[in-house]
Amino acid sequence: MNNGNHHNGAATAGGVGPAGIAGAGDNQWLLRVRNLTKIYGEPGPRTLELTGPEFSSNICPDTDSIVACAEVSFDLYPGEVLGIVGESGSGKSTVVKLLYFDLGKTAGSALLYPYDQGQTNMLEASGQQKRRIRNHLMGMVYQNPRDGLNFHFSSGGNIAEKLIMAGQLHVGGIRERASQLLEKTEIPVRRLDDTPATFSGGMQQRVQIAKAIANNPPLLFLDEVTTGLDVSVQARVLDLIRELQQELGIAMIVVSHDLSVIRMLTDRTLVMKNGRIVESGLTDQILQDPQHAYTQLLVSSLL
Amino acid sequence: MIENTKFQHRYNFAFIDESTKKEIRRKLLKAVAIPGYQCPYSSPEMPIARGWGTGGLHVTLAIIGREDIFKIIDQGSDASVNACNLRDFVQAMTGCRTTFDTTEATLIQTRHRITEEALTAEQVFVFQVPQPEPLRSVERYEYRTRQMHGEADYAKMWVSLYESFVRHGDILLGAGYPVRINGRYIMAPSPIPRWDIPNLHQAETLYLFGAGREKRLYAVPPHTTVEPLEFEDVRFHIEDFNGQVCNQTGYRKAFLDEIYSDDGSKQFVVNDSNFLDKLRAGEPIAPFVNAYIQQIES
Repeated sequence: MNNGNHHNGAATAGGVGPAGIAGAGDNQWLLRVRNLTKIYGEPGPRTLELTGPEFSSNICPDTDSIVACAEVSFDLYPGEVLGIVGESGSGKSTVVKLLYFDLGKTAGSALLYPYDQGQTNMLEASGQQKRRIRNHLMGMVYQNPRDGLNFHFSSGGNIAEKLIMAGQLHVGGIRERASQLLEKTEIPVRRLDDTPATFSGGMQQRVQIAKAIANNPPLLFLDEVTTGLDVSVQARVLDLIRELQQELGIAMIVVSHDLSVIRMLTDRTLVMKNGRIVESGLTDQILQDPQHAYTQLLVSSLL
Repeated sequence: MIENTKFQHRYNFAFIDESTKKEIRRKLLKAVAIPGYQCPYSSPEMPIARGWGTGGLHVTLAIIGREDIFKIIDQGSDASVNACNLRDFVQAMTGCRTTFDTTEATLIQTRHRITEEALTAEQVFVFQVPQPEPLRSVERYEYRTRQMHGEADYAKMWVSLYESFVRHGDILLGAGYPVRINGRYIMAPSPIPRWDIPNLHQAETLYLFGAGREKRLYAVPPHTTVEPLEFEDVRFHIEDFNGQVCNQTGYRKAFLDEIYSDDGSKQFVVNDSNFLDKLRAGEPIAPFVNAYIQQIES
């Protein structure tokens, strides 16, 4: 697990929380993912060789197992916004769901610097540890608000869940923080005690964002956040995300099939196809000078 | 001729056969060893339907001895149908002496109340439990609630309390208020009123809980910490009778029943029937003392 190139041994032991990375040097990664692989079904010895973009397939011809994503490796730095783009079925959502522990990995490691100074593969932590990491160090915004919110609870209650999991047991304090977050996400505070079921799609998405950032996590996952929204609401949600990113300096992984969302939000981009990363680099570079044939197709179909 | 006495009795002592009793006792030992943990058990057939007090009966019959003096109450009353029939059954199956007197009894089975009179280290108190899973209201799948208990993941329970407070201005859980046992498991204290919850905390008596239909046993051993879930600024409190007194005895510091008359007026009366009898007869009483009851002016 200890990969040895941990070039900031003097960094303060910050425990968990964004303070944990404050003492780290400029080149200290926040998240280091290596060989992340998810295979459904029984893989054979040649499964990884026989699937991928060169075969235009992620189904193993030998065993019929499905390679959702394979050998995904990247580093994410504090405050950086990384995009993952690709067609549907390319494995981009699988990557964030693995990192948020919604799915179990088949192979690979993910080190999160504030968790044990990045010494331990968080994908192999116990259920209790994983929940702790999730509550203190990560936030997730799903495409469908019903995945991220409990529609039987009020919007305040949904935010409270995240705060309670981090140990806040003061109703007044919870309501104050929840109000702050709603204000920040441009939801009228008087809707605090209404259920998200009574909200519009854009508002539901903003409640999800408020919940995701409730504990000031250093890392936020955004999975197709604007896909179900109409264009004017999309723009407001994207503005909000950009503002929050600048204000709070949260590192983000943005998953989208929409290149304009990627262009607007991200610094760096991974392009995925058939479960593999086919191209990665600065977002501007990829959009202006795509190298891989698939990326070229993607960019040209946008223009 | 050697006489065979084996078949002279139609039933084994205390109805349940010895090997099943042994199984229930082993599960009770496990339940006592892990306070608040719901221990699965065999839940044998009884001559009453599961859900009608079989869990309590299993525990009672597994631990009762010939010298025990048995008392059973239903919602505080010795005289209700459930209590009378189960008392007759236990008496017929064991030949044990039965009593109404709380202080005299050595084994007390109950449905939905703890007695007003303080229990001692010499007594064992058995609850009939309809729903042993405190998380059932927030999570309907058993495999998920087991996982939540295993990982002490109780956020959903807390959010439901938060929601109750936000919607209604108070935590509206009259009976079965969730409690944390020994700083670990959240437990459903049978559906006893909030009034009785403080009497579980650091008690002298062994409390055993049996849920026959759900096939779970659990326990609060003597001197165990029992904390009702409460927020830092929204505290647990017991039922408030707004200064009402028992109309037969003038007593205030007991759980009161609300009784409506035909003309629509209502009166209050002490719920625990044996306690009421003693108050009326002027006999000496030794009620539970806790910080919540002490706050009530006498």
